[in-house]
This record gives sequence, C-alpha cells and structure tokens, in this order.
Amino acid sequence: MDYTFLIALTTMGGLGLIFAGGLALADRKLRVEENPLIAKVNEALPGANCGGCGKAGCYDFAVNVVEGSAPVNGCPVGGTDTAQAVALIMGVDAGNNIKMIPRIHCRGGNSEAVKKMVNYYGPISCSAMSIVSGGDKMCYYGCLGGGDCVTACPFDAMVMNNDGIPEVIEELCTGCGMCVQACPRDIIEMHPIDRNVFIFCRNHDDPRTSKDVCAVACLGCGICSRKSDGGVEMVDNLGVINYSLLDESKIPFDKCKTGAIAKLRDVSNEEIVN
Amino acid sequence: MSIFSSFKTFRGGVHPPEFKELTRDQSFEIMPDPKRVILPLRQHIGKDAKPLVKKGVEVKAGEIIAESDGFISSPVFSPVNGKVISVGKETNSSGFPKEAIVIETNGSTDTQKLEKLEFSTVTGAEIIERVKHAGIVGQGGAAFPTFVKLTPNKDRIIDYIILNGCECEPYLTRDERLMLDRSHDVVSGLLLMMKALELKKGYIGVEDNKPEAIEALQKAAAPFSEIELAVVRTKYPQGAEKMLIKAVTGREVPPGKLPLDVGVVIQNIGTAVAVYDSVVKGEPQITASVTVSGLGLNNPKNLIVKVGTPLADVLEFCGGAKENAKRVIVGGPMMGFAQYDFSAPIMKATSGILVLTEDEINTHEQTPCLKCGMCVEVCPLNLIPTKLARYSQLDKTEEAENLGISVCMECGTCTYTCPANIPLVQWIRLGKQRVNQMNSEKKTA
Repeated sequence: MDYTFLIALTTMGGLGLIFAGGLALADRKLRVEENPLIAKVNEALPGANCGGCGKAGCYDFAVNVVEGSAPVNGCPVGGTDTAQAVALIMGVDAGNNIKMIPRIHCRGGNSEAVKKMVNYYGPISCSAMSIVSGGDKMCYYGCLGGGDCVTACPFDAMVMNNDGIPEVIEELCTGCGMCVQACPRDIIEMHPIDRNVFIFCRNHDDPRTSKDVCAVACLGCGICSRKSDGGVEMVDNLGVINYSLLDESKIPFDKCKTGAIAKLRDVSNEEIVN
Repeated sequence: MSIFSSFKTFRGGVHPPEFKELTRDQSFEIMPDPKRVILPLRQHIGKDAKPLVKKGVEVKAGEIIAESDGFISSPVFSPVNGKVISVGKETNSSGFPKEAIVIETNGSTDTQKLEKLEFSTVTGAEIIERVKHAGIVGQGGAAFPTFVKLTPNKDRIIDYIILNGCECEPYLTRDERLMLDRSHDVVSGLLLMMKALELKKGYIGVEDNKPEAIEALQKAAAPFSEIELAVVRTKYPQGAEKMLIKAVTGREVPPGKLPLDVGVVIQNIGTAVAVYDSVVKGEPQITASVTVSGLGLNNPKNLIVKVGTPLADVLEFCGGAKENAKRVIVGGPMMGFAQYDFSAPIMKATSGILVLTEDEINTHEQTPCLKCGMCVEVCPLNLIPTKLARYSQLDKTEEAENLGISVCMECGTCTYTCPANIPLVQWIRLGKQRVNQMNSEKKTA
C-alpha cells in the first residue's frame, strides 16, 4: 500500500490544526468589542442604504443611533414601524413619528406659466436647463419640468404629470428627501403628511412681474397674511406659512386671486384637489 | 508668408464652415445712438460695479456712472447724453436678469473725454492707471478687466505678450476688420501694453485665412523689431489662449494654470485697440465693435455700436431678420449664447450678433452614444468628453473631477463633431458647475 496520501493528509491536517489554534488564540486576545446593539439595530432597519437619513448607509446609521448621535426615529424610509422597533431595542420612546412627504411648491405647469420665445434643445435635466438662461419659462423661481426629482427618487414615487409638474405618490413615498436635494430651484420641501395648507409658489418677483409670468403665481398682495394672525408672513413678495400659528379657518382661500395659497385636500370629502 | 508658418498649430480641433465672407469686406459702420441704453453693472468677470447715479439724474456721454468695487472689477461709463430712467434688474445676454442702469438718450452727441496722453512719453504706470480708469475689459469673450492682466505679481517672470488675432469663431470678422482698418492702432496698442509690462518681445497671432490682415499688420509692424507676426494654421479653437500659446511659443499651459504661469500674457486685438483709444484718444470704453451677421439677416454688417444698445435696435439697423431666421446668438456660433429677449443689451465685450437659419443650426434628434471616439480625437485639451458628459449626467461629480472636467474650456468642439448629436459640452458645463459647488462646500465644511 502506498502511504503517500497519508503523508499529505497528516501534513495538511496538521497545518490546519496549527492555523485554527492561531485563529482561536487571536480571537481571544485581539477581539474588538462591538456593542451587540449595533447589529440588532442594523437588522431592524430597511437595509436599502438609501442615505435618506444623512448617514453613509444603514449600518452607519445604526452605529450613530447606538452612540446616541442619531435619533431612533431618524430613518425616514422605515417610518413608524422601524422607529418603534429601533426604540424597543434602545429602550427609549420613539415619540410621535409622523411621516414626512415632499410637497412641490409650484403649480406653474406648461398651461399656466408663460414660456419664453424659445425652443430648448439642450439636455432635458432641470439642473442643465437652469444654467442656460434659467430654463424656458419666464419665471426664474418655478418648476423647470425637467424631472430631476423623478430621476432622483429611488422608490418611483415621483411622476411628471401632463402639465409638466411632478406629483408625489404618497403610498410609495418613503420620505427619504432625495428629490429635495435634486431640485436646483429648491421648490420641493418636506412636510408632515397631515399638513394641508400650502403656498404653491416660490416667486419673489414684484406683483406686476409675477402676474405677467404665471397664472398661478403668488402675487405678494398679502391678503392671506393680513387676516391670518401671524399664520402667514410676507417675506420678499412671497407668503411664508408659520405652521405653529396657522389657523386654517382664518385664511380667505377664495380671496387669493391666483389660488397660490390653497388646501391640498378638501377635508370634507377627502378628495385630492391637486 | 513662409510655407512653414502654417505648421504652427495644436492637436485636435475642427474646421466648421466659416461664413466670414458675409461681412469680411465691409468696413465698420457707426450706428447712431439708440433711444435708450441698458448698462449692466457687471460687463466683466469679477464684482459688480457700484452705481454712482440715481433715477432721474442727467448724465453726459463719457461720464462715469458706476465705479469699480474691489480689485477685479471695472467701472461703467455712460455712452450717451440723457437721463437715468431706472436702476434695477434687466435681462442681459446671459439670459438672466441682472442689475443695470437704464438711460434714455436726449439726442445730443458730444462726448466727454479723458485727458489725452502722449504716445511717445507716456509711462507704464500711467498706461495701467488709464486702462483701469477707462474701464477697459478683455474683448476676447470672457471680459476680464485688462489692467489686472497688466499688473502681474512682481515675482512672476513674463517673457512675451501675444495679441490674439485668430478669430477662429465662424462668422465673426470684427478682429479681422480691426487689423485691416486700424493696423497701426493695433500695433500701437500692443506697444503700449508691452511698455506697461516692461516686455521686449510681442507676438501677434493670426490665422492663415486672413492674408490681407497679415499683410496690413506686416506693414504696420515693420518699423518695430520687437514685434513678430506669428501666422498659425486655421482651425477651431485656435483662438483659445492655451491653443495659441502652444502654437506660437510651443509652451503648454498645465491644467488649472494660467498663461501667466508659463510667462505669457495674452490679449485680444480688440483690447489692444481699446487700450490705444483710451490712452492716446482719451476715450473710455463706451463703444463696442461687433459683427452682425448670419444667413438669416438682411444686411450683415460690421458695426461700431454704443455699449448698452438693445439687440433689437441693432438687428433693425441691419435690415431686420429674414423670415426663415431661427435663432439669434450673441457671440460666436460655437461658444455664444442663444437669446430669447431682444431687449438684452450689447456689452463691452460683445463681439458679434448672429441671426441663423434652420440650415445653420443643428436641430437633429439626439441618439445614443456610438462610442466612436470622435470627440476624444478632436478635443484640443485631450479630455474624454463622452465620459465626462456621462458622469455629469449621472451626477458622479467626483469621478468627473478626477477625469479633469475642470480643465474643459467649453469650446464646443466635441458637440460640433458628435455624430449622435449628444449635447456633450452642455452636460460638461453642468458638471463643471457641480464640481465648483462640491469644492466650495468642502472648503466651508
């Protein structure tokens, strides 16, 4: 019988044993203690690594939560369920975590906004359009309709409507805020989902100019502000809503000539106006 | 012209159809004052000038109405006699509303002048002071205040000044006409700038498609041994400063560096004339010489126009646009800006207004990249436009920066060449802006 294979077997087996021993020793002596909470929190997160929380990914967020530098409800994608799961692991109260939804502060689509006398031939992207004469609308503040927010949305929750204004599909939206960052005009803002009154305009032009450039612009007349008891403030020809002081019943929605200040939903019949 | 001269050139580049014959043979015509002028406070690179007049004030032609604010800035003079009717935002040829002074003219044409200086006795310091005070800005397109280029740091060693007479943009014949009609003033302007910089050697770079201009300059520069005429091969973008320096001196400006770093100052032909006018004739920069051309225009012309004249007035003076006109561009067809608002004014550094027809512009549909590499072949700065545009499109700013997107001078050669009609330079422009934004954010963070 040839014993060559036995020599090979013992050599390899012996080497294996020696290295296994080395590794076992290293595990004892050189171990880095990781807080077991991190792994648990990481498991509770959605794992999409979208970066919506502002951290490098889900694991980084978990580390931050355990170290106390990120809030337990800091994951916008996971929503209330995740926040509660994380809070349970961390042994704290998740608080009242209301879902945040992006709102588009412009309604000046192709049929409302006045166009320049041009045909735009360049790349179809808002950020590219905004550096060429500020896009093809006369308004220098409004939506460009290039769909950068639609491209940026990792959850397919943004669509361009027929008028060239993006719309949010609330069921799909996770509130990660990528669209807010993508918009070169800063038209998109995150709001708690239950907010109902918005000023759908970002135009700071004087009343005459804003009237000329768009049919649904905020003219800066201030009629909503005067009756609102501080709920709406006029800043540079544009109304800004202070939600802590806002009383919906005091806002004269029908007095706004262009409908720039409006309710998103008519609460009485739960119908979406926009 | 020696047969070897036209070997002076650079790698890459294209030969777009020139269309220079439309205006090549026409001397400058002086356009009468318009009814009102719009004077943006920033007609240069740098900080806005500070307005010195208010609404309702009477101003005289040649009077200073906005002073320079900071080192890199330039004053603005009233080009007409009249009354200030507003100080506020007006659309300019970049397409954005910017601060501007609007003056309504009253018809009188006398002009205030600065003190005239004697050409033979004027000192370098006096020249620089005058160029600064008269609001002279570079006529090459970027409108960099000229005096800044004439006052480099003391520790820099400068060997040459090059006058850029390439005019490689199609249609434009302004510089060519200046070289022909005012060849002596071009040479004198160069001599003045050489005196200001204390230089012993000056070049005038001219493309070999302008034989008459070359002849005229040769005659004018014959008495001055320190001026040499450099005839370079006709190719776009030969007039870009880095390309011209490479062709004339053989030196290569490294990425992210300026001509000053290789010991060269470069100025446009129009700037030399403006320097001469300001020093010897005492004229502040209140006129612009422009080529108004294009197949869509009834009477193409070379014009001397008051700064601030609305485009509409200039086009009307040139017989208006034809019916098949499709697009109006301020600047050259390769790097200029398409216009939508014809009340935008002529600015100090405006070199041309073009009215183009459908045949002259590219309106083809964009198709996917063929990976043919033609843009890589023609890029004069040895970049990879297709990759840069793709990175820009995908918002991969860091990758784009690593591939040298900031080096791009936006000459448009790649877009002109692309058989798939991809707006390469437009994407790259966006990418460059994002890189700048990223770097400034990094600095503040």
